[in-house]
Amino acid sequence: MLGHRLSEWCGHGPILEEDIALTNIALDLVGQATLLLGRAGAVEGKGRDADALAYLRTDRGYRNAHMVELPKGDFGFTIVRQFLFSVYSMHQLEALQSCADADLAGIAAKALKETRYHVRHSAEWVVRLGDGTDESHGRAQDALDELWRYTGELFTTDAVEQKLVPQKFAVESSTLQDPWMRDVSDVIARATLRMPGEVYQQRGGRSGIHTEHLGVMLAEMQVLPRTHPGAKW
Amino acid sequence: MTPAPASTDDPKRVAEFEARIARGETIEPKDWMPEKYRRQLIRMMSQHAHSEVVGMLPEGNWITRAPSLRRKMSLMAKVQDEAGHGLYIYCGTETLGVDRHDLVLQLLSGTAKYSSIFNYPTLTWADIGAVGWLVDGAAIVNQTMLAKASYGPYARAMVRICKEENFHKRQGYEIMATLAAGTPEQHAMAQDALNRWWWPSLMMFGPHDADSPNSGELSRWGIKRKSNDELRQRFVNLTVGQAKAINLTIPDPGMTFDEDTKNWIFSEIDWDEFWRVVKGDGPCNRERLAARRKAHDDGAWVRAAAEAYAEKQARASSAA
Repeated sequence: MLGHRLSEWCGHGPILEEDIALTNIALDLVGQATLLLGRAGAVEGKGRDADALAYLRTDRGYRNAHMVELPKGDFGFTIVRQFLFSVYSMHQLEALQSCADADLAGIAAKALKETRYHVRHSAEWVVRLGDGTDESHGRAQDALDELWRYTGELFTTDAVEQKLVPQKFAVESSTLQDPWMRDVSDVIARATLRMPGEVYQQRGGRSGIHTEHLGVMLAEMQVLPRTHPGAKW
Repeated sequence: MTPAPASTDDPKRVAEFEARIARGETIEPKDWMPEKYRRQLIRMMSQHAHSEVVGMLPEGNWITRAPSLRRKMSLMAKVQDEAGHGLYIYCGTETLGVDRHDLVLQLLSGTAKYSSIFNYPTLTWADIGAVGWLVDGAAIVNQTMLAKASYGPYARAMVRICKEENFHKRQGYEIMATLAAGTPEQHAMAQDALNRWWWPSLMMFGPHDADSPNSGELSRWGIKRKSNDELRQRFVNLTVGQAKAINLTIPDPGMTFDEDTKNWIFSEIDWDEFWRVVKGDGPCNRERLAARRKAHDDGAWVRAAAEAYAEKQARASSAA
């Protein structure tokens, strides 16, 4: 999802270097998604490959957190979201390296290297925007405040996760919150931004109840396989 | 922008310079060069860089609708390569004493040109195949020649860029081949894309030699080593067989093969259309510039922030 949203910047970034960097991150994310969906399809054992899972599920079948499906917004929103998500993803991948599923552990190890770079790149920009001009500070703060209500969902656990954790197939999401908060507050402070206060946390993505944005995004993304059922591309 | 008008060039030095070119020597940034040579290069190289950047738009149009994860990734990587080429050629142009920022402003104000091909719309997924196959294919024919250009930084940039363009071309051709061998709807989509992109691709080589105002000088100075018509013919000869191999038809029923020259003789290009698009009335001229301007304007606060932050850092480190 996030790779798709980032790819919308390709050709429209604030500087050419950033078109390249954001597309790099988008490529990494879509690559990670391809590996994860491929593994998920294999585990499911119903003959669905990564493309079938990406292109032939409706929004109710998607299980991503709300944060990643939100429209790309301005560059500040994109960067702050990338930062908040990448830090979460980095800690999750670190833990998943010791997953009982060897394939998943391998994917995590590969993805972790990429994600550390995403954290570095987005954190540098959060600091630059936060400690840049008054306007950029304001935009970065707005993005942070706007996104904060979508962060809680990243750390909520559910019945499936609880079943998988003891067998070491999954990481308990709630354990990621403290290290995430530490990293995030550190960068927010360096960026001279203010940590948002307690707000009501939106959730639902993990159980297939999404924002209105996902359906529209999937309609665009899935148009060709849906229009030409069974065709090869 | 560039100082020193052409009239200041000493005829003796110009003669020495032209002798160097004639001996096949490469001109490097610190070498003396006639002012007009410098200006021609800046014009060509910046047009080329602008074309790479504007060229991101028609293909970027299909990134979010690419039909599989693999196709989405290859398309993103391709458009990203184009951004890299743009950056690389802008840097090459800066060796001639111009600033990238000024060049970008010339593009946004509409005073600098970019390749007209990008003023055509990408309407279906097959257009992504056609652009890779035909547009990158035509660019390769042109750039293979430019890789032997007399100006070192440009020639070297072309060598590197050509390698990537070859990969893009194969990728585009493979998209077309897959569609052409697919369902009847997919085959029709591929043929339709070829029909729409064929003639604009031939126009990419520019006007007939007789109508090409810059050609004489560019060829004398070793910047262009083959004429527009020669390159166009070469592209047609290469492409006819490729179309047949995947069961697509070149939209030129009058085309014949000349046994003596081994050339495919094609029909006359619609030059009215060519000049119309060059002068700004192509299907997407306005949209392309508007998209570049919007990206530039929307990004102004980001660039300002990066500058302000860099200044603060510099002040802090000099105070320490």
